[in-house]
Amino acid sequence: MKRFAALFAALDATTKTGAKIAALTDYFRHAPEADRVWTVALLTGRRPQRSVTATELRLWAAEAAGIPDWLFEESYAVVGDLAETIALLLPPPDAAADLKLDEAIRGLVRLSGQPPEARKAAVLAAWAGLGATERLLYNKLLTGGFRMGVAQGLMTRALAQATGVEESTLAHRLMGDWDPATTSFATLISGEAGSDARPYPFALASQLEGGPETLGPPGGWLAEWKWDGIRGQLIARPCAFALWSRGEELITDRFPDLAPLADFLPAGTVIDGEVLAWDADRGRPLPFAALQRRIGRKTVPKALLAEAPARLLAYDLLEDRGEDIRDRPFTDRRARLEAILTALPPGLPLAPSPLVAFADWGALAATRAAARGEGAEGVMLKRATSAYFAGRRRGDWWKWKLDPFSVDAVMLYAQAGHGRRANLFTDFTFGVRDGNTIVPFTKAYSGLTDAEFAEITRWVQQNTLERFGPVRKVPAELVFEIGFEGIQQSQRHKSGIALRFPRMLRWRRDKGVEEIDTLESLRALLRAAG
Amino acid sequence: MAGPVLSFTDRGIYCAAGDFYIDPWRPVARALITHGHSDHARWGMGAYLATHQALPVMRKRLGQITAEGIAYGETRVIGGAEVSFHPAGHVPGSAQIRVTVGGQTWVVSGDYKTEADGLAEGFEPVPCHAFVSECTFGLPVFRWEPQPVTMDRIARWWAANAAEGKTSILGAYSFGKAQRLLAALPDLGPILTHGAVEEMTQVLRDQGYPLPPTIRVTPEVTGKTHPGAIVIAPPAALGSAWSARLGPSEETFVSGWMAVRGIRRRRALGTGFVLSDHADWPGLNAAIRATGAERVFVTHGYTAVFRKWLQTRGYDAGIVETRFGDEAEAEVDTAVVG
Repeated sequence: MKRFAALFAALDATTKTGAKIAALTDYFRHAPEADRVWTVALLTGRRPQRSVTATELRLWAAEAAGIPDWLFEESYAVVGDLAETIALLLPPPDAAADLKLDEAIRGLVRLSGQPPEARKAAVLAAWAGLGATERLLYNKLLTGGFRMGVAQGLMTRALAQATGVEESTLAHRLMGDWDPATTSFATLISGEAGSDARPYPFALASQLEGGPETLGPPGGWLAEWKWDGIRGQLIARPCAFALWSRGEELITDRFPDLAPLADFLPAGTVIDGEVLAWDADRGRPLPFAALQRRIGRKTVPKALLAEAPARLLAYDLLEDRGEDIRDRPFTDRRARLEAILTALPPGLPLAPSPLVAFADWGALAATRAAARGEGAEGVMLKRATSAYFAGRRRGDWWKWKLDPFSVDAVMLYAQAGHGRRANLFTDFTFGVRDGNTIVPFTKAYSGLTDAEFAEITRWVQQNTLERFGPVRKVPAELVFEIGFEGIQQSQRHKSGIALRFPRMLRWRRDKGVEEIDTLESLRALLRAAG
Repeated sequence: MAGPVLSFTDRGIYCAAGDFYIDPWRPVARALITHGHSDHARWGMGAYLATHQALPVMRKRLGQITAEGIAYGETRVIGGAEVSFHPAGHVPGSAQIRVTVGGQTWVVSGDYKTEADGLAEGFEPVPCHAFVSECTFGLPVFRWEPQPVTMDRIARWWAANAAEGKTSILGAYSFGKAQRLLAALPDLGPILTHGAVEEMTQVLRDQGYPLPPTIRVTPEVTGKTHPGAIVIAPPAALGSAWSARLGPSEETFVSGWMAVRGIRRRRALGTGFVLSDHADWPGLNAAIRATGAERVFVTHGYTAVFRKWLQTRGYDAGIVETRFGDEAEAEVDTAVVG
């Protein structure tokens, strides 16, 4: 793993894109081929399954390091990363046997299902033979928490440079359900890996800051609602029917409601769309919370299928009767999409996501302002001539989201963050006023600067009222403006409401706790969002 | 029954028998100083006593002071106390201070490092009944590699930068760490110094410490005039207009805190080399063991954790609150100093 560790160190040492690509390209040219395949897999989120629990690792590592468990935990609190804590605590390696990445991962995979003593012996043996960085990486693989701080696009560019295969072609070849354990580097690069269900790389829109006036005359643009569901790609090919999430997860089985489409879509159809939980009576999406109940469930109970039926609203057509049409203009793809969908029998859970007509930018702004009433969170703008590009490319696709809701709330509890933010209090619980009391209603942990977090951390340390494990209760004094994208009723929360994407917009040093919002004002937002 | 040899007051560590303080943080009549770093040697004391080797830096930094020097190992009687200074290995001139009253010996470590670095007078364990120990790096995750290993890494980094036509800039505290690096750097090219570093270097050079020739960075000095150079500068100078003026460069920090990736990343420090003027975990434990002391007071660092650890090892351990920086400050302020 020395070469892999060197790659990791090189990537970790720089924030410069050029240096990262150079390090990756060099690795993809010279590392053992089997290791290259695993590296591509890891950098595209294909991690080996976790075969050891974090608790086991802590106990084994404390024992190997010869320190009591409490001292291990104190060290972990300072380091902020389990894999690194272990790597730092273990005694120096006996002999640096250079385990290949391929061998290390295969060894890990074999661990699962074995009795604890066997797994412990294998892990201790691996630790004894690895240097510090190799241990860190090995531990990350063990805990299933491997991340390397390299965007997939960057990795693809480096791989393209190393192999001479054109970048977007390569991006497509790396998609889907290929298995790094059985795929050779040559197969992967040539695009022969994986099954007929391989998806295309998703085209991603950029955030439109300010208004659309900078985009030129409105005539060259098409608008759609921006739905708040799960972006998905539906594949209907002769030997494959699959639904992929944007994270390249196969979610076909979680949405059996969509299965009938396999019988009706023409062979060789690939659709990009949004999976939504659908309110058939009102002809609009249910709140995201309804869909959320279905995410993460491998099998869906019948009652839930009835309460939150899934529907795919189609945005785009990528493959038409087996032909890759991603390079054709959006208007053309859209026309073909509508032609296919209108030919389907009625009653299927698939429809085009409607285009939003507008005469000028002012009219679109007015439509956007009413998005929440449609169950949408804003509008999308797509250039009429745009191709279906791979990944995020600024210029042709924009998301123009509504401004978030916001309320002023007071901090009640604080908890230290993880990783980069360990040692800083960054995870806060906020409350709003309800009569004479303050009720907690949300947590948030982003939106402030490092300097603000550092200042709040000092304040929390000096003002702790009570400790509950890692959580500190603090006096209700610091006021923050909390922004969120949506609001829903919830039985699970004391306040009776749940927020979507809450975050801190601002620290309101100018406001005191007497000026915070009330639970009633949140209920009013809930009613308005209805 | 006599009182304790030392007591811990809001002015600093106090010896009643000799009526003096050790590294006080408020003005007192008589101060014994372990070393010249500004959190230990402060301004405003009536009279200072420090090692002969520590005095020049203190005079440079504190200006006109009434100060007296003492040799390492020399015994002096102050009131009812007998005191002596012993090498602490932290920076040139740094000392542990031994105080004996009525047959009871206490030692205040000041800051210390157990590994010999080729410049500072090497750490010597001093047998005592009670030991006041710093514990800046009092967690088992801190374990330093031997200095030659780190210096070899630095040398390879320097050579690689030079090969790319870049100047290498090392961020290191201007007194102590900077000179330690100077003394240990291989002869790969010109060595440039920031003004703050050069002033301290010159003080030590005048004292006879073996330091290589250096060139002070002035507006005329750049990577062009001195290709393949390495620059030693205070951490605050990194990423500044001052360093940009040198031309294409690579910058990095040299500090014990660089051992932990999380800390490095939280401070956006980029890469770094792990080299500290403080003892690591094995060093702290070995030093405490070597004193033979049964009572240990810990100060300056991960005190709560380290005390608990010492208690589990059978020591009578306590925490001393000092102004040598608390845990939070230790990270914020000395992150680039330790």
